[in-house]
Amino acid sequence: MSETQPGAPSLYAAREPIFPRRVRGHFRNLKWVLMLVLLGIYYVTPWLRWDRGPQLPDQAVLVDLANRRFFFFFIEIWPHEFYFVAGLLIMAGLGLFLFTSALGRVWCGYACPQTVWTDLFILVERWIEGDRNARLRLHRQKKWDVRKARLRVTKWVAWLLIALATGGAWVFYFTDAPTLLVDLVTGNAHPVAYTTILILTATTFAFGGFAREQICIYACPWPRIQAAMMDEDTLTVGYRDWRGEPRGKHRKAEGAENLGDCIDCNACVNVCPMGIDIRDGQQLACITCALCIDACDDVMEKIGKPRGLIDYLALSDETRERDGHAPRKVWKHIFRPRVILYTALWSLVGLGLVVALVMRPEIELSVAPVRNPTFVVLSDGSIRNTYDVRLLNKHGEDRPFQLSLSDDAALQISLEGEDDMTVDVPANETHLQRVYVTAPEGTPEAQAERTEFHIWVEDLTTGDRAGKETIFNGRDN
Amino acid sequence: MSDKTDTKKDDLDYETTGHSWDGIQEYNKPLPRWWLMVFYATIIWGVGYTIAYPAWPGVRSATAGLLGWSTRGAVAEEISAQEAKLAPINEQLASVELTSIASDPELNGYAQNAGAAVFRTWCAQCHGSGAAGAKGYPNLLDDDWLWGGSIEEIHTTITHGIRNEDDPDARYSEMPAFGRDGLLEREQIAAVSNYVMTLSGEEPQDASLVEEGATVYADNCAACHGEDGTGDRFQGAPNLTDAIWLYGGDYATIHETVTNARFGVMPNWNTRLSEAEIRAVATYVHGLGGGEASE
Repeated sequence: MSETQPGAPSLYAAREPIFPRRVRGHFRNLKWVLMLVLLGIYYVTPWLRWDRGPQLPDQAVLVDLANRRFFFFFIEIWPHEFYFVAGLLIMAGLGLFLFTSALGRVWCGYACPQTVWTDLFILVERWIEGDRNARLRLHRQKKWDVRKARLRVTKWVAWLLIALATGGAWVFYFTDAPTLLVDLVTGNAHPVAYTTILILTATTFAFGGFAREQICIYACPWPRIQAAMMDEDTLTVGYRDWRGEPRGKHRKAEGAENLGDCIDCNACVNVCPMGIDIRDGQQLACITCALCIDACDDVMEKIGKPRGLIDYLALSDETRERDGHAPRKVWKHIFRPRVILYTALWSLVGLGLVVALVMRPEIELSVAPVRNPTFVVLSDGSIRNTYDVRLLNKHGEDRPFQLSLSDDAALQISLEGEDDMTVDVPANETHLQRVYVTAPEGTPEAQAERTEFHIWVEDLTTGDRAGKETIFNGRDN
Repeated sequence: MSDKTDTKKDDLDYETTGHSWDGIQEYNKPLPRWWLMVFYATIIWGVGYTIAYPAWPGVRSATAGLLGWSTRGAVAEEISAQEAKLAPINEQLASVELTSIASDPELNGYAQNAGAAVFRTWCAQCHGSGAAGAKGYPNLLDDDWLWGGSIEEIHTTITHGIRNEDDPDARYSEMPAFGRDGLLEREQIAAVSNYVMTLSGEEPQDASLVEEGATVYADNCAACHGEDGTGDRFQGAPNLTDAIWLYGGDYATIHETVTNARFGVMPNWNTRLSEAEIRAVATYVHGLGGGEASE
């Protein structure tokens, strides 16, 4: 039995605002470039054009839900080829395993949308309200004067515009982008488009502007899953406490010669977007964005100490370096059996997908015998079976297909609603054709319980042929 | 069991919740307050939801909800929306020339699918879900038709039906019950049954009666079934020379048919189905494999 006693601490905590300071360095530069590339891909992709013929969409990347097609440059995926998507998802999963076991939470630190957009929002915040100290002052200023109101409103409007562009870009992946843009502006777009934009705008605004690190710490399952994929050789951002401790500010005080390299300047803490102190050791909240490395290296250079007090480290480095060994090279952490295995698996799935893509049959054909009833007796005594044949025309123009049977059997083919054996299949459509196969009275096929035979189809435009084996049910069935 | 203890940070510099169970303490890792707020918000939302939508069970029925939403209403709305959407093509289907339906891919595709649905609802009880029929119920897949297999004839049959009392335009014909009504002697019936078997190439039960049977046939049956036995579609008289039998082609069944006659009926559908539905199902039946070209 337990009760909350007076004076007991609250079980709930308000969010502590974080004001990351600006930082310069290798990793910051890498993150700027990555941000530019990733945001560029996201915003620009729907506007790329790709000519596929007159009756197919010319959008390079398009998820056409209405017509159940996925277009990706020269690749077109039909619903029955959904295993490509499954394969890509498996590759994405294995890719995350691979990167996590080699480089730890590199996804969190560099490529996760939450990180990228939060980074962008903090950048805007800094442009409008100033760097860490100015923002801290503004935060602590209780009175809402004109200046504070102006800065806050400007920031929120800027965030909202970014959020709107983010939510807006999403819907362009699902329909022709230029048309949709016009529809959106003139108010003619589908309500689903507006709702999607509204929801994504709201979440981007809230997650990038206000929730930020709370998403990573409390909402995202990925950091918990990752722990299972990391080992003592996985690279994470770490603090060389054997070099830095005991820390101390007063380098000229008595006994300062016993101090470590850390001057306790808090530069690493001040730049951290997660608001943590990396010197406390590896921790759950660290997304390994490496900004503290940049901040610390900067300071170390200024005070004339070697860089790398905070660095990419693995747990195994700690014992090694404490024993006086030189720091290990990064590639020694990366090229491990585990990483190589993940790489092999990842490549194998990728190779399989590429092979499957190349070997995709040019003609898609399915033959389903109608079993209700299994056969029909015609007035002249011959036996007729019916088949539902589905033909897929993957091309941008209407195409004729010719059907035929294997020559050796006495079976005859005819098509419902057609005078000859040719079917015209409209561009980019599946055509269902009822096909009749007849065995004249007295032939072995008419008498036998079942006869196996092939239905062949030829694309008259290219001469490609495809066949499907099926069965003919006779009188003894 | 719980003792209030010191909430000061312990040796490891961690704050505890201040509770102790048999000396076991718990670190205080506070949940974010916004999470608590989200939890409360979901409770409020949940309560609001049960007010807006049908939820709380009563004795006879559940509360209706302020929005007046119901699954039945949603379905009715979907059905009427679908009907409104299909109204133009139904109108087109009901008004075009029957023979032109097949040449319009869009109209034909719609008629085939709609007709299949109508068929399964109204026709499958007698003709079977696969349209293969049963004894006394014609197989619609084959190339043999009692009253004609063109789209127009099928349309007429479905519209007015066969031998029913409800539609004056119903197709009508009646075979005499030659045995029951004493029109033929038992021996004559046996003879003509043997002869009819030979018409479609079957081995007669008693070959010696065939010759006599031919005479009986010419006198009593040829008027409707034709001298050569190929039947007459104007009277719905079946072709006796083909391999298809509605009731059966063995001696006993033919004997039974001649003795008591048959009187298969079909309802007229013009009072139950719309013209578009009749045309759809006619198109569907015509496309099952036995459909004949119009004259």
